[in-house]
Amino acid sequence: MQEQHAPAGGSNSSPWLNLGDSLPRSIEAYDLVKRFGDHVAVDHITFTVGEGEVFGLLGPNGAGKSTIIKMLTTLLPPTSGRALVAGYDVARQPTAVRQLIGYVPQAISADGGLTGYENLLVFAQLYDIPRAEQSKRVREALAFMGLQEAGDRLVRTYSGGMIRRLEVAQAALHRPAVLFLDEPTVGLDPIARKTVWEHLEALRQRLRMTMLLTTHYMEEADSLCQRVAIMHLGKIMGMGTPAELKASVGGPDTTLDEVFTHYTGNTLETGGSYRETARTRRAARRLG
Amino acid sequence: MKQHVPVAPPEDLANVETARTLPRTSFFTAFARFVKKTLTIVGLEIRKIRHDPTDLVTRAIQPMLWLLIFGEVFAHIRAIPTGGRSYLDFMAPGILAQSVLFIAIFSGIAIIWERDLGIVHKFLASPTPRTALVLGKALAAGVRGLSQAIIIYVLALVLGVRMNWDPLALLGVFIIIMLGAAAFSTFSLIIACLVKTRERFMGIGQVLTMPLFFASNAIYPVAIMPAWLQVIARGNPLSYEVDALRSMMLANESINAAGLVIDFAVMFVVMIVLVLIGARLYPRVAQ
Repeated sequence: MQEQHAPAGGSNSSPWLNLGDSLPRSIEAYDLVKRFGDHVAVDHITFTVGEGEVFGLLGPNGAGKSTIIKMLTTLLPPTSGRALVAGYDVARQPTAVRQLIGYVPQAISADGGLTGYENLLVFAQLYDIPRAEQSKRVREALAFMGLQEAGDRLVRTYSGGMIRRLEVAQAALHRPAVLFLDEPTVGLDPIARKTVWEHLEALRQRLRMTMLLTTHYMEEADSLCQRVAIMHLGKIMGMGTPAELKASVGGPDTTLDEVFTHYTGNTLETGGSYRETARTRRAARRLG
Repeated sequence: MKQHVPVAPPEDLANVETARTLPRTSFFTAFARFVKKTLTIVGLEIRKIRHDPTDLVTRAIQPMLWLLIFGEVFAHIRAIPTGGRSYLDFMAPGILAQSVLFIAIFSGIAIIWERDLGIVHKFLASPTPRTALVLGKALAAGVRGLSQAIIIYVLALVLGVRMNWDPLALLGVFIIIMLGAAAFSTFSLIIACLVKTRERFMGIGQVLTMPLFFASNAIYPVAIMPAWLQVIARGNPLSYEVDALRSMMLANESINAAGLVIDFAVMFVVMIVLVLIGARLYPRVAQ
């Protein structure tokens, strides 16, 4: 296991040393810790994400990915350490951080009792988009996510993939500097998953936003992320581009699954409390 | 592969420079935004009611049964001193307050529902003041309460209760219903924030409703209660709501201005205090 606090020189064989040297940095986490009673959910995590980068936190349920996202999105105060998002301290300047980020939570965050249009309109108002622009921006965002036809239907009639795209539209409506996505495609079938990926990629190219996403799908990390951190039991076990991580373990033919097993001594199948499993399944059922 | 330079965490974490500064907002702008966002939350809830109004209809049944069955029976036995009013007259404002209370006290279940999904998280990660989120929900509960008021007014009219149609009195009823629904729904939100699960919430909701309702002047005057219960009834905000409703809803009531001022003041202060507590606790829901 690598020690995070004492980097041993600039060797390429230690992928975690690549902390993202593309300045300026959009996300900076230094020695971040979150404890729940005796349980250490996030254990002295340090990483940075450069502007415009897509960064993935990869790991099984219970690895601490969602807890990191909750701290970076100001929902959960860190026990210790420090985190900056778009240059603002998440603990001391939460209001500034909230204005500059978008967030797609893991569970469904669109309101089924409202239409797609109304879901977006509410957030256009909450993010202080000028009244005259609101309607235009909402229609544009719906069209961009391929939802223009469905905009005036109640969200409870949407398919899982459509709900996810609506949620991404909702989170990106105010053109945030940093977009956080917690398990963006959990519970989706492969086709819906691919559509979500394509829309995320198009969105990134259009708005040049930084993205941090969590996933336990290797394929997702491989195809979406420029850099990946492998998480296990609250720690980052390895960090780098997917290619670097593969090279550090075997060679270009290595799969990320093998990389994960190498760094954690474990497979992705483990972990996850009853509650998390129940939640994932419920989300999967409703989204599917 | 590119050569990567290791980046160590800065020595002094407190000295990391901030990258950008957002424009400072004046107090007036901040206040205008607060009002706007509160109204956004109210609007959101009203849209939901409009899409699915069945809830409002089913909610009308319970107060109807109270007035028709309980009210008619007790009107005949004349067991309760009502200060010269008919028992139905006496009871109608109490049942209005009760039906608003019952809707409001269980409204917190929606918070737990939204928590199990990711809705609460998304709102809390947005630049919306917590107080605006809580106050918006409170006022939306007030709007639901008003729909109850309309139903009870119609029902009372049918049953021959003599109502006061003075516009100022109607405005007063409107305000006191909003305050009452807002206060009790925020109380419910606070409980939801503390217990966090549906089962515990329903249990506590049941336990609270009965004493709130029966230890009040809703269906009998405080004067007939034993002394210890009178103390509780006088500390119960519902008693003030009912007192205000009784003097404003019914025709031929001699309005005690000082009493009415106290009723409004108590309800207003209770609501504000609860909203402030709720705004402190609400972020816990996402943790």
